[in-house]
Amino acid sequence: MGDYVRQMPGERAGLQDSASLARRLHLDLPLLLLLLVVAGLGLVVLYSASGQQLGAVIRQAQYLLVACTVLLVAAQIDVQRYARWAPWLYAGGVLLLVAVVFFGVGAKGAQRWLSIGGFRFQPSEIMKLCMPLMMAWFLAGRGLPPRFTLVLGSLAIVILPAGLILVQPDLGTSLLIAASGLFVLFLAGIGWRYIGGAVLLAVLSAWPAWMYLLKDYQRQRILTLLDPESDKLGAGWNIIQSKTAIGSGGWEGKGWLQGTQSQLDFLPEGHTDFIIAVLAEEFGLRGVLILLALYLLILLRGFWIAANAPSTFGRLVAGSLTLTFFVYIFVNMGMVAGLLPVVGVPLPLVSAGGTSLVTLMAGFGVLMAVATEPRTVIPR
Amino acid sequence: MPESITLKDPGRESRIFLVRTLTAVLIACALLAGILYRYYNLQIRDYETYRTQSERNRVQLQPLPPKRGLIYDRNGVLLADNRPSHMLSIVRERVEDLDATLEALRALIPISESDLETFHQKLGHRRPYEAVPLRFRLTEEERALLAVNRHRLPGVTVDAQLLRHYPHDALFSHAIGYVGRINEREMQALDQSAYRGTFHIGKVGVERYYEDVLHGEVGYQNVETNAHGRVLRVLERFDPRPGEDLVLHLDYQLQQAAERALGEQRGAVVAIDPATGGVLALVSTPGFDSNLFVNGISTEDYAALRDSPDVPLFNRAVQGQYPPGSTIKPMMALAGLQAGLITPETTVPDPGWYRLPGDSRRYRDWILKIRGTGHAPRVDLHMAIAESCDVYFYDLARRLTIDRMHELLAPYGLGERTGLDTTNERPGVLPSTRWKRDHLGKPWYPGETLSAGIGQGYMLTTPVQLAVATSVLATRGVQRVPQLLKSVGGVAVEAPEVSRIEASPEHWDAIFESMRAVVHSRRGTARKIGEGMQYEMASKTGTAQVIGIAQGAIYREDEVAERHRNHGLFIAFAPIEAPTIALAVIVENGGGASVASPIARAVLDDWLLREPPQPDAAASEGVPVDG
Repeated sequence: MGDYVRQMPGERAGLQDSASLARRLHLDLPLLLLLLVVAGLGLVVLYSASGQQLGAVIRQAQYLLVACTVLLVAAQIDVQRYARWAPWLYAGGVLLLVAVVFFGVGAKGAQRWLSIGGFRFQPSEIMKLCMPLMMAWFLAGRGLPPRFTLVLGSLAIVILPAGLILVQPDLGTSLLIAASGLFVLFLAGIGWRYIGGAVLLAVLSAWPAWMYLLKDYQRQRILTLLDPESDKLGAGWNIIQSKTAIGSGGWEGKGWLQGTQSQLDFLPEGHTDFIIAVLAEEFGLRGVLILLALYLLILLRGFWIAANAPSTFGRLVAGSLTLTFFVYIFVNMGMVAGLLPVVGVPLPLVSAGGTSLVTLMAGFGVLMAVATEPRTVIPR
Repeated sequence: MPESITLKDPGRESRIFLVRTLTAVLIACALLAGILYRYYNLQIRDYETYRTQSERNRVQLQPLPPKRGLIYDRNGVLLADNRPSHMLSIVRERVEDLDATLEALRALIPISESDLETFHQKLGHRRPYEAVPLRFRLTEEERALLAVNRHRLPGVTVDAQLLRHYPHDALFSHAIGYVGRINEREMQALDQSAYRGTFHIGKVGVERYYEDVLHGEVGYQNVETNAHGRVLRVLERFDPRPGEDLVLHLDYQLQQAAERALGEQRGAVVAIDPATGGVLALVSTPGFDSNLFVNGISTEDYAALRDSPDVPLFNRAVQGQYPPGSTIKPMMALAGLQAGLITPETTVPDPGWYRLPGDSRRYRDWILKIRGTGHAPRVDLHMAIAESCDVYFYDLARRLTIDRMHELLAPYGLGERTGLDTTNERPGVLPSTRWKRDHLGKPWYPGETLSAGIGQGYMLTTPVQLAVATSVLATRGVQRVPQLLKSVGGVAVEAPEVSRIEASPEHWDAIFESMRAVVHSRRGTARKIGEGMQYEMASKTGTAQVIGIAQGAIYREDEVAERHRNHGLFIAFAPIEAPTIALAVIVENGGGASVASPIARAVLDDWLLREPPQPDAAASEGVPVDG
């Protein structure tokens, strides 16, 4: 790429002041605006999905405020500093995950939280950020595409925390974190032979995994997906109800606060993981299209930042974070529509809940740090 | 992509990255297009289907609860039945003003506070348009009242359902347990979809232990209803699978005989078929009417049961832990023979008391306070068991040591849960030096070994453990897991063997002969019940001290408050040549074994001499055998 010229799409003279303020604050204005629009849309849907409880909306807005603060802080940190911190952050994250195995608390047979002085948190959330940073640090500066030994090393980096989360047990998060690491490997240009081999291995190991690795409830989720009618009163209920909610929305939707499925409590988890069904029922396919378009713009902006980043480390981190964001959207919308098994993945920026929102915004903060990384530092 | 290794080449690196990023963007777009296609299919192509489905107030899914399995005794006598009963439920979504409706209902029929409480709990867990039960067991009159007022009570329905009924009052209350309404805690632990439409669950005993077998599988139907919730048409139906019927080893008549023999006394009888481990009778008195629990027992009834000094809710047969007293002497004697410390001919001097070397304390024999002397100048094994000599076993216990005793008595099933298929079984205590260190944090004292040798001190057993131990004696060493369940769905269930004691036949003969002499000899401790007996039994009496008697004090039974009197114990198996029944009897505060032994005789008489042979037990030997 030739000389770098800082440019914003649609940048006009009137925006000059705010743009320069944004640059001083290390913010990427288009991305920030997109994020806030989606989150705002989420609050509107949440009001309806929570049974018109203003309290739930206010609480979510407070989370959003906290998350934006975290974003602002994360954006101020120099990208090269992230690179220096990466191994330490990763090691700390792994240690916390080990602590979960021994001292963790949890509910319903899963041990996912650490409780320190009454404050409970999930170390796997921290790992969602540490993983791309660590992988990018490990692969950047050692020449791309990565050599065989480096591929082996990165696999070890991926497997260690993914395995620790898998035993909690939390298959969904484990796969997501593994994916965020593997994305770095993909973006670093790992040979197609490796990718082909991995796909082949996955296909071959599917049967043994089904037989020995998956727990009963996980198998049940997949079976329910293939034939939701088989368990109409139990696990199939959620999928049947969410599909009905989406389908009955049609093109125009039933109107805000008018969704019968959601307002009459047929829809389980309507305000968290299944919130897209509420949106689809009340705003119709039109609403889904608008949301998807907004998401697509966020993704494209993320990839744009990644492609234009001056350092390899920044590029890899930004690319991986953007791809992970995409996976969230894909898995959530797919599971609610009955395409994918039900794993506890929230719809990013829209589902109610503070933890995932904060992690997500922290990720976007890192992305903005990459976007505003000074070019001159990199020797060419 | 070539694998050739290059040093850092930023231009090349960013090219690689760009290609990969573009690939990722393309894949992401393709997958999002796939998602969009899915939503298009749901929302545009199949819109009509889902729109119809969302009109849920017209079509609803109703669970069809399975019929709970019945429970029979070994001869087909019904012990737990299902009876039709009518219940009142409310569909919340069809009720405008819930409070007003509840007020109106309370004006019509009695609804208790606990009914309301359970109702409100269930309300939080229901599926939309699911009927939530409010009152069970409506009378004819109440149903008529509700029918007349139906037009002004939208959302209120009356349905017939099957409800557990126990036809024999208190007779089997402890043997089979009972079902009750599912409570909040159970609701959390349950697979809720398997219990849709089911409001009762096994709470204790066989009903709880075999809940999975008895419950069956829920079915459901899709029904079209009108605006008032009345079913107009069944669209599709999947039948429930009823729970399996259980046949128990229990014998109705024997159970009755045991309960009658215990009478008003507090106590327990457990009888086991030694050949199979099947439990023929399991009685704990007093019992209670299990039917009280089926629909949520009233506060007053429950308080009466809970606060009664006789603790009727306490299942003495499996929860009651008593010192076994002298009933362990046959097992102690065999342990001595196994260890080679004694032979049947070994004798021990018996002045009526025993003293440890270097200890001035006298350990008295029970005979001392009656006769002022010992059983005889020298006592052998036969006399020691027939007349229940303590000194003989003090000496044996000392030589055996407590840890060896623990090791040799464990194969009788003492000190551990027997694994009987019921709930709340207690493990008892078979002490050892290690047990005392672990549980009391204190070292073992030699005097405690002597107490343990006659079944006192720390040693505790449940009646079912004693019955199992007796069965081990009857089978010459085979310990089986005692079992209430005989067959399920027509398939017999075998009780697994736990362990086997290896001892020479001569030693077993000596034990059997001495146990025979307990009843069938001139000086046996239970000779009184032998009168006119048409069979021969092997047995052992026992007395369990309730309070410690101070050294030197004279024990006067009539001066001790009733609750402080000794427990009477008795174990027996018969006929001695080919045992078909082994049992243990305990009478709380009975004073001594003399109150327990007649109860054993009554139970054995019923089993061995019963007049009209049971339909499927008309065996050629003339005694009922396990079919």
